[in-house]
Amino acid sequence: MPKLSDLLVPAPLRNTPKPGEAGAPKTPAPQDLKSAPPERPTDLGRTGEKALEAPVEAMAWIDQRMAASGFLTGMLFRKVPKGTNWFYTLGSATLFAFIVQAVTGVFLAMFYTPSTTQAYSSIAHINNDVFLGQFVHGMHKWGASVMVILVFLHMGRTFFFGAYKYPRELNWVIGVVLLILTMTMAFTGYLLPFDQRSYWASIVGININGTGPIVGPYLSDFLRAGPELGATTLSRFYAIHMLLVPGAIIALIGAHLYLVVKLGTTAPPWTKADKPRVATPTSNLDAGVSGNGYRPDGAGPTIAGVQIDGHNGEGAPA
Amino acid sequence: MAEDADKINQPYRAPDQVRTEPPPPGYFEGESMTRRKVFTIASQAIGGLAGAAIILPAVGFAVAPIFHRGKERWEKIGKTSDFTEDTYRQVVFTETPGIGDIGKQLAYVRKSSTELGEEPNQYVAISNRCAHLGCPVRFVQAAGNFICPCHGGVYDFQGKRIGGPPVRPLDRFQTRITKGEVEVGPRYSVTSQLKPVRARDPGEFTGGVWEYLYPPRPSTFPPP
Repeated sequence: MPKLSDLLVPAPLRNTPKPGEAGAPKTPAPQDLKSAPPERPTDLGRTGEKALEAPVEAMAWIDQRMAASGFLTGMLFRKVPKGTNWFYTLGSATLFAFIVQAVTGVFLAMFYTPSTTQAYSSIAHINNDVFLGQFVHGMHKWGASVMVILVFLHMGRTFFFGAYKYPRELNWVIGVVLLILTMTMAFTGYLLPFDQRSYWASIVGININGTGPIVGPYLSDFLRAGPELGATTLSRFYAIHMLLVPGAIIALIGAHLYLVVKLGTTAPPWTKADKPRVATPTSNLDAGVSGNGYRPDGAGPTIAGVQIDGHNGEGAPA
Repeated sequence: MAEDADKINQPYRAPDQVRTEPPPPGYFEGESMTRRKVFTIASQAIGGLAGAAIILPAVGFAVAPIFHRGKERWEKIGKTSDFTEDTYRQVVFTETPGIGDIGKQLAYVRKSSTELGEEPNQYVAISNRCAHLGCPVRFVQAAGNFICPCHGGVYDFQGKRIGGPPVRPLDRFQTRITKGEVEVGPRYSVTSQLKPVRARDPGEFTGGVWEYLYPPRPSTFPPP
């Protein structure tokens, strides 16, 4: 009669009984290798094992030549401070929104014609005839608003958490440039459907640029590529929208992420620092012992919350 | 590391007493620059020239339209008898051919009126481009005013601003009469006293010191 626990617990998890104990399996005596040779793996079985190892070997082949695993492990398994919360995902969300824009933009470019006479009808073609065209166009259109909103939320998080302070000022500056580039994308992309709304919005936007003293008039001529909004304006906006600014954004996102990984993220401002961060000079009378930060509550000196003196820091924050 | 590099880039100086190490290849007495330094400067200079050869034409390509003025175009818009002194007639004409509807302009045209102090037998063509931010204004017959739908700019019968955010009167087009037909030509702007100046973009003041703060663009035509 087997025990109930043996029936419920799968074999690999059971406590193996010691030999001789009750329940220990009776192993047969070792057989003669000559009369009963051990079973050899079949060719099929060997191929299966090799097939299972193929992806590992392919990755190893690449890593041997790129030596990227150290960098990737360091980046993906980096430590984040205590108190990291959902607000810290806004940057990744913005990156995701940008990727959505890039991917949908590539597919829209396959059908779009940046010509003053054909732009509107090519958009109508995307919306009405192309399979899932309206969906992809909609993702690009609404995704643009989502990206701008996420950029501002991400910026607000950085500001209100004080994450722009030393040594992360350069990352803030790069982020501001990325904000400007995102607005450039929004402005140049707005003209491309070439309906009444985009046309008049671009007219107003260019004329606002023109109101700057001295340089304004030349700036609006530069944006329009001439004194009137025309065919060159549309192709110029298209080139800025899909070639110039995306390249700059991708490069700056790389720098932005490099600094994030290099410098690490900040803890939220409401997170209290682990105490004591350094050996707290305590009164000799209180502690009874002079010197290296001994405290009667057992909290010894720590570095970033980790006890370094071997005390079991009972009473100290984890 | 950095010290080593500095040592390499320094001209080699023989120690005063005893030479302990051999001089680098190509060393001669009194040299002022190492071979390595010469090649560093030369390769950076060549790289800079190559970069400039790519970037300067590209920048020029992008900036050139600022300095380019198109061909002057005159479009027939109707017989002289089609236009009267007391009201406007709306005409649409092509300013830039071959680019569809956006190459067209809309003008409100009338005969000049001596009652308003204008020279007789001229034709006034007022652009419908609002002087605030460029929205299309409409002549409202009942009010005798031009009204902009975007931000509420109002102009009187002559196109002078009488309300709202616009900064100057409405732009005009040059007009002329050829064989009994009225033709419209290049756009120009006017000051608040209706003095013609070179065309400015909407939102830019005209007259006085503003002529310098919003300088005329090379892509526009001289005023009549």
